[in-house]
Amino acid sequence: MADATTTEVKPAPPAIEKIKVKVDGREVEVPKLTPDWQGKLAPTTMLQACDIAKKDVPHYCYHPKLPVAGNCRMCLVEFGTPALGPDRKPVMNPDGTPKIAKSPRPAIGCATPISPGMEIYTSTPGVKQMREGVLESLLINHPLDCPICDQAGECKLQEYSVDYGQSASRFVEAKVHKPKAVDLGPRIMLDAERCILCTRCIRFTKDVAGDDALGIVNRGSYNTIATFPGLPFDNNYTLNTVDICPVGALTSKDFRFQMRVWFLKETKSVCTSCATGCNVLISSREEKIYRYTPRDNDAVNGPWMCDAGRLNYKWIQREDRLKDVLVGQASSLPVSKSGQAGSLPHYKSSWTAALSEIAEKLKQAPAGSVAIVVSACQTNEELWLISKLKAKLGAISDSVERTGDADKLLVSADKNPNTNGARLTGICFSEMGINLPKIADGIASGKIKSLIVFGEDVTKHGISAELLGKLDTLIVSDILPNATTAAAHYVLPGCAHAEKRGSFTNTKGRVQKFMQAVQPPGDARAEWDFLHDLVYNVTGKNGFLTIEGLFNEMAKDVPAFNGLTWASLSDTGVTVKI
Amino acid sequence: MPQEFKLILKHLDNPGYTPDIECYLRHGGYDALKKALAIQPKDLPDGKKASPQEQIRDDVKLSGLRGRGGAGFSCGLKWSFVDRRSGKPIYLICNADESEPGTFKDRQIIHKDPHQLIEGMIVSCFANDVKLAYIYIRGEMPKGAKLLNAALKEARAKNFLGKNILGSGYDLEIHVHRGAGAYICGEETGLIESLEGKRPYPRIKPPYFPAVLGLYMCPTIVNNVETLCNVKHIVTMGGPEFAKLGTPNNTGTRIVSLSGQVKRPGYYEIEVGKATIGQLINDPAFGGGLLDGRKLKAVIPGGSSSKVLKAGEKFKLKRKIEGKDVEVETDMLDLPYDFDSLQQAGTMSGSSAIIVIDDSVDIVGALANLSEFYAHESCGQCTPCREGSLWMSKTLHRLTHGEGRKQDADYLVKIADNIPGGKTICAFGEACSWPVQSFVAKFKDEFVAKGAADEERRAKEKVQPKIATPAERKELTTAH
Amino acid sequence: MSFSVPANLEAEIDELITHYPVKRSASLMLLHALQEHFGHISPEATQWVAKKLGLQPINVHELVTFYPMFRQSAPGKHQIKVCRTLSCALGGSHKLHEHFCTKLGLDPHAHGLQTTKDGKFSVEFVECLAGCGMAPVMMCNEDFFEGVSEKKADEILGGCK
Repeated sequence: MADATTTEVKPAPPAIEKIKVKVDGREVEVPKLTPDWQGKLAPTTMLQACDIAKKDVPHYCYHPKLPVAGNCRMCLVEFGTPALGPDRKPVMNPDGTPKIAKSPRPAIGCATPISPGMEIYTSTPGVKQMREGVLESLLINHPLDCPICDQAGECKLQEYSVDYGQSASRFVEAKVHKPKAVDLGPRIMLDAERCILCTRCIRFTKDVAGDDALGIVNRGSYNTIATFPGLPFDNNYTLNTVDICPVGALTSKDFRFQMRVWFLKETKSVCTSCATGCNVLISSREEKIYRYTPRDNDAVNGPWMCDAGRLNYKWIQREDRLKDVLVGQASSLPVSKSGQAGSLPHYKSSWTAALSEIAEKLKQAPAGSVAIVVSACQTNEELWLISKLKAKLGAISDSVERTGDADKLLVSADKNPNTNGARLTGICFSEMGINLPKIADGIASGKIKSLIVFGEDVTKHGISAELLGKLDTLIVSDILPNATTAAAHYVLPGCAHAEKRGSFTNTKGRVQKFMQAVQPPGDARAEWDFLHDLVYNVTGKNGFLTIEGLFNEMAKDVPAFNGLTWASLSDTGVTVKI
Repeated sequence: MPQEFKLILKHLDNPGYTPDIECYLRHGGYDALKKALAIQPKDLPDGKKASPQEQIRDDVKLSGLRGRGGAGFSCGLKWSFVDRRSGKPIYLICNADESEPGTFKDRQIIHKDPHQLIEGMIVSCFANDVKLAYIYIRGEMPKGAKLLNAALKEARAKNFLGKNILGSGYDLEIHVHRGAGAYICGEETGLIESLEGKRPYPRIKPPYFPAVLGLYMCPTIVNNVETLCNVKHIVTMGGPEFAKLGTPNNTGTRIVSLSGQVKRPGYYEIEVGKATIGQLINDPAFGGGLLDGRKLKAVIPGGSSSKVLKAGEKFKLKRKIEGKDVEVETDMLDLPYDFDSLQQAGTMSGSSAIIVIDDSVDIVGALANLSEFYAHESCGQCTPCREGSLWMSKTLHRLTHGEGRKQDADYLVKIADNIPGGKTICAFGEACSWPVQSFVAKFKDEFVAKGAADEERRAKEKVQPKIATPAERKELTTAH
Repeated sequence: MSFSVPANLEAEIDELITHYPVKRSASLMLLHALQEHFGHISPEATQWVAKKLGLQPINVHELVTFYPMFRQSAPGKHQIKVCRTLSCALGGSHKLHEHFCTKLGLDPHAHGLQTTKDGKFSVEFVECLAGCGMAPVMMCNEDFFEGVSEKKADEILGGCK
């Protein structure tokens, strides 16, 4: 393994003292200190010790990335500590083991630190009784509307009721009624009757998102989550509250009533809305994408992601996606048109025909007559394959910078998901876009005759439609139609990240792979897949028929990726030196 | 014959005694403060020196003073937990949020002798190196707040407060902070949250023990009004002398709030344990007996959350007689009114508020009244109390409005059993469930009979039970 | 915005804030001061307090809705609070509450705040006022009354101008 690759770019943490505790009779060694929700070392709690001992302790309000609240009382456990005699020395049993003084009162696992020799009991009759009691309390005023609740299937009330609840309710009184279908903000709906008042949403928005917008109004059993009247809950992280809501109280306006969660297929992927590369799960059914949810990765996004990124998936399944391989010729019969200036009439072709024609043209192109513009939205593998073409053709290349606002939490100012990939594969330089004027000049002067464009509308980046009209060959791969595809001699329909596999290198150098969630529309093909054919046709290089093989070849070739393999990326990626 | 022993109440009801500082000074006011400030460092046998502050704290320990708010925890011990090495300021808060039903003793001190409280506070603050203290007073005592503010102003003018108090170099400021109608603010960490301007949600312990992580996450002492007044007397008398009052482990005096169905309800100061519950109810010096023609049914001995005592109930009390531990069968009326005897009887002296209930009272209705209080006062932070308190109240409402069932007695106890014993964040869980557990256990026949009568009526009328909705208070369900 | 706090009140409020090392602590005191002046806490008052103390409006709204003493709409000019809890109930507070309600044309069975049509009186059953020994007790605005008979109740009403 090369030294450049590490899973974390952090100094090794100092060794933490371990102490022994017993969980349900089994001795485990646990660190005395454990990172708290902010990552600071704090005394290990009983809940964390139970986790290490692989004993499930149910909980609602506790969340590892939020300050501890201790209000749900679901994680109450019984415990004991070594008994001390009047001389403050441990009292021993006849068999020489320390005598344990069982605490007369239970304690919440989430907030009670462990101590040496402590015994934690998670499955005594007393603990079961307490869990039953808490569940019963949570359910008496709950509307029990699972058949119409979006949370059904991923609801902690349902799950724990099955595991720890009673089958029948004793409750014969009138339920408390609270507001339903409350429009909390532009993306969030609240059903206050389903809410169990765990305050995860309040703590998240205050302590993580930094927007102290939610609170509890009224008192006692009438407590209700609310915003200040007239001030909508509207920051760029609101949808995380839907994820962490253990019940169906907070729902996403985008997702509610769309699909039962148990029908959804979950695919591990990466968000492409900026260079942070938040890990996501894409939920889809029958080739339709229904939602993105963040996938826990402490090296990148923890359990969170921004609303903008989460909702930025609708374009993938737009009606006007490029679905056909198109060839543009002034004299040909138009089957597809666009009214833009410089647009060519296009007719439908096939991958085999188009790719061999392109290969022939490129092979004949004199050195220096080809330019390449590739989006930093393309994957590492695709960028690398194009870099092989570039080398063979002696082409000039670049990418297009895309910037916007950043925030302190997750959003990067760099809106390209793979800027570092474009740099590391040599498609662009550290200053992205400096070659674009040169390419424009080259076309204008007639030096550049062929242009290959991947995923960019170059007319918006200094290479006008008029200039494109001067080219002998314009080869464009994209997902959606634009002025550049309209002017193209060859249009190669590509895939969104959700439709293919590949990897990106995020802003911190983390190489992260993503899986295919849905099939691309029509004849669209993953770019790496047809690029492989094209590169083979042009350069004779082969051996990248699978994404794994391709990645591994690339890793051998690109210094920053040396030592990596597709398998070694695992689900959460590897950080490389950038 | 037990008598009142007026230590704290010594002057306040005397004719002509006014709450202003001149009157207080005429009665020896602020002498304890002067005495405290004059204490010199003392050489200890081990060669170390005890600071004046340490000496006062030791005196409070020696006095055996136990908190007068409800828990009866040793004041000296509470002070000894204070983290004095953190480098953070230490705060002291006077809990004047008197709201345990049945209790009205602090109201008297605040309204009639505010300087006694202030002097007790200044001395306590001095002993604990406190520079900033607050009096958290019930919102429903606006006059009391004004009186305290006026008294603080007077004390400042005489330099009993402020910078360099009486030339001692000691600085202290005290401010009045008003609550706004929440029983939960009597819970010390709820009070601290309230004083921080947040909803008064009690904090989880661990880690938020006030002595270490209290107000603004600094070490904080929260003491009851009467407790702080006692400190003044401890400084005056000396701890050992104070400890001679009352009975062992139950030292000093207590102001007993006596209410309910007695001839002479009121507040009576006694040496702790020197009068029995029966004497407090029946003696002419105290309650003067039940109303004519009435018999005793029940006594709530220590504020509404303490477990009820049934007339005629007997307890085995551990007593030391001639150096031997013996168990003495004791009628509930013969329980000495102190911390330990009531605890042995399975209840508590709490805030020392006795509510007397006679045989004219529907015991189910009495419990329904208390449960409505607790349902109204639960802060709603943690699950068992938030849901259980209203559930019990709804059941009792049903039971008192003709929609009862025979099984409601057991049903109530099962609900109540889910709440106390460390299952909730604070002791409110106990406070709301103990009355239900004890009333139903001790008067089960009345609860069952009520349910049975309702069932019989419904059978006769051939109707199904209705789900009765209690008169929900508007302010809790909608904007008020 | 029509909401404005008079200069002398604002000066008083600014002084109150100095009592605390952390401004937020002054929330309750500010709400009391504003309610005393305006009679209730309007959304504008909540926002004003939040701005004054560097808080979000929801932080203050949480308090206004928790503490029963704060009113979000104007109550009657004379607010009668009858203690409902056990000692006073044993001492006849239900009858007293009923007496006020009947006398003022309000629903004797409603426990929450009720205001007469002319806005002159509000009657409310409240929890323990810590005057249990002299039951039944009540408050009329800031004044506290003990051992209130129906006759005394009528006198109290009569004294409300």
